[in-house]
Amino acid sequence: MKPVIWLILRRAGFGFLTIIVISLIIFIGVELLPGDVAEAVLGQNATQETVEAFRKALKLELPPHVRYWVWLTDFVQGDFGRSLANGREVSGLIGWRFANTLFLALTTAAIAIPLSVMLGMMAAFYRNTLFDKVISITTLSFISFPEFFIAYILITLFSVQFNIFPSMANINESMTLVAKLHAVLLPALTLTCVVTAHMMRQTRAAIINVLASAYIEMAELKGIRRLRIIMRHAFPNSLSPVINVVALNLAYLIVGVVIVEVVFVYPGLGQLLVDSVSKRDIPVVQASGLIFAGAYISLNMMADILSMLANPRLRQSQTS
Amino acid sequence: MTDRTRLEDLLKKNKISRRQFIAQTSALGLAAAVSPGLFAGTARASVPKKGGRFIIGCTGGSTTDSMDPASLTSNMNQNLNWQIRNNLIEIDHDFNPIPELAESWDSTPDAKKWSFKLRKGVEFHNGKTMTAEDVIFSINHHIGEESKSGAKGYLKNIESIKADGKYGVVFELSGGTADFPFIMGDYHLTICPSGTKGQEWEKGVGTGGYILKNWEPGVRAFTVRNPNYWKAGRAHFDEIETLSIVDTNARTNALKTDQINYMDRVELKTVHLMKRMPGINVTATTGTAHYTIPMLVNQTPYNDNNVRMALKLAVDREELLKQVLRGYGELGNDHPIAPVNRYYAKNLDQRRYDPDKAKFYMKKAGALDHTFNLHAADAAFPGAVDAAILMKEQAKKSGIDINVVREPDDGYWSNVWMKKEWCMCYWGGRPTADMMFSVAYADGAPWNDTKWSHKRFNELLIAARAELDTDKRRKMYGEMQEICRNDSGTIMPMYNQMVEASSDKLDHGPISGHMALDGMRNGERWWFK
Repeated sequence: MKPVIWLILRRAGFGFLTIIVISLIIFIGVELLPGDVAEAVLGQNATQETVEAFRKALKLELPPHVRYWVWLTDFVQGDFGRSLANGREVSGLIGWRFANTLFLALTTAAIAIPLSVMLGMMAAFYRNTLFDKVISITTLSFISFPEFFIAYILITLFSVQFNIFPSMANINESMTLVAKLHAVLLPALTLTCVVTAHMMRQTRAAIINVLASAYIEMAELKGIRRLRIIMRHAFPNSLSPVINVVALNLAYLIVGVVIVEVVFVYPGLGQLLVDSVSKRDIPVVQASGLIFAGAYISLNMMADILSMLANPRLRQSQTS
Repeated sequence: MTDRTRLEDLLKKNKISRRQFIAQTSALGLAAAVSPGLFAGTARASVPKKGGRFIIGCTGGSTTDSMDPASLTSNMNQNLNWQIRNNLIEIDHDFNPIPELAESWDSTPDAKKWSFKLRKGVEFHNGKTMTAEDVIFSINHHIGEESKSGAKGYLKNIESIKADGKYGVVFELSGGTADFPFIMGDYHLTICPSGTKGQEWEKGVGTGGYILKNWEPGVRAFTVRNPNYWKAGRAHFDEIETLSIVDTNARTNALKTDQINYMDRVELKTVHLMKRMPGINVTATTGTAHYTIPMLVNQTPYNDNNVRMALKLAVDREELLKQVLRGYGELGNDHPIAPVNRYYAKNLDQRRYDPDKAKFYMKKAGALDHTFNLHAADAAFPGAVDAAILMKEQAKKSGIDINVVREPDDGYWSNVWMKKEWCMCYWGGRPTADMMFSVAYADGAPWNDTKWSHKRFNELLIAARAELDTDKRRKMYGEMQEICRNDSGTIMPMYNQMVEASSDKLDHGPISGHMALDGMRNGERWWFK
């Protein structure tokens, strides 16, 4: 058996390769826009001069492979170019919004992960009882509602009726951490409702799966308490699917929350991406696309590596 | 005559508005001395008070917005523009040009040469004094080959701009333009320090009542009162926070929970509920905005005026107004000049739904068996598809067959509007009759969305443009509205009102229909009670 470190490196290598492929796809996607990119973007404003200026700004006069290389190396060095719409540095537009997106994702994760893992364990423990069914039905109904519906219900209750939390989560730098947390609690709760069911069900299923193994039966025969069996013996062995589903949901929290951002007026990356696509602000679209892809891939990679560490059998299967 | 009696006199003669009067007297510290009974009949006699943070939540903001006056495309940056900058003239709530950075103006009798006398001692936020050089720079910014400015079209006929001393600017035009002062009130044409370029626009240096402290496009702008503001009786708030809130429900909730004081674009479906909320005032203002249903008159059968007339008569405007706008609008009379316009033709009969007459005209044209394709998407205006379906039902009574073709929202303005023979459309309107007719009804205008060309109409348009005598102009524009009503290819069923809501802690003078958010100047015109 090869050392774990080699496996991790191999997995990281795959991740890196995926990112390169995605960067190519993002780059080619823009190349494939029908007709002349400059004219397509400028539309009615396309005159000889503006098209020329635009071509220069996008370095369209260079051959594609050179442009790709320049774009990629600039990107790696943190130079994302300038927005075509208002001439601002793309890194300046993205930086603080990405921090906001992460802040909301992490706040949600801090509530949702412990909650859903705990609920999952309890559901497994009280499997097929009324408690199990109630939890399942509640979380499944939450996931079935559209996000904005849950958001509006929470706003109606907590902002309009009781007036404890603000309906807008428009945080800014001058706010303290506590004030920020207070402001983002409603969006975080909305997202918690959306992601909990998925993680909870996976935890429950994984534990129940393990509970069917022979060694658990052995433990039961030895007279160990059920709670202890689940916590000490079953849960660690069911960690890897749980880690995977947690990573997927984290990735979703980073890249897929544009609706919640709009409803709560939260200045995150999703809104920026939507605006830029509708205005065809290509440098911003490319940069945010690559950042989203990077977030997704690195979270998946981390999930795989953590599962490998948590479950020696996965290491076995990789090498055999 | 003392200042006070002079102002009272002006007010009685209607030379100044009540709001200007209040503004002037309060600036002079005279408010307490105003003769009692002067405002008999006006319920509101509140005097502007200074202070407070005014928070506006508005739609349309985008992360791609810029503060370059050549590219102001959303409610958010248009409003911010007038918080921090001024024009040569201001358009008041009665659609009259009143002095702003220009103290007075004058023209030659042929309206080809306009001289503006600038206010002295006005300083930009950076301490620089505003002079003719800055005005020339600011107007030239919108002219020229590379200019992408929305005001480029209005300024086409400027031949030269010259300084006349340090505080005078002279414009020479290629054709007489009686409305030239009006054009100088266009929101693009705010005055910025000479030499501003690139990222410097985003700093928002102007002469306005508020100084820009923070500007994050599509998110938030923050301004504080300019302690040095030259305009008396304006800019009452200590600070203004302008927030971009794209989602209507989010705006509504924010206003209900007191997180903002003002919102634009109230949802018409729920406005009756909002009116019931304590602490919230809803305002509905008819401006120049209207809905149109243009047909291409260079195509059969629309080239026959009997067909156009039949279709105009086959629309039940009252029902459209009730169903699509829920009553928040006014009936249109098949021409684009709004009731707020100085030259609105009050004497024209209101066109009404008349299925029999419609049938008569359609029969005359021999087109009763024709199927009229009406292209619609909600991109034209909210409820456009519903409006088209209502029209289909209404036209049935006249035996006219309308087929509603649903079009995708995406690309509507480039693929359907001006391309398909008959479609739904929306116009924000223009403050003057000349601008409105020139942009969409004049022969050969790029946005003439019906390809309509009427000889007498076009002659009158040119003649009225250079006419300085208001009575003569009124007659000409009246005739043009009538021609438009009876001949043009546009059905104009209704003007849509701007429905906005605000906290009842705010107070204000008469609201302008010139643009949304009280002519985009609520920041300097409104105050906290």
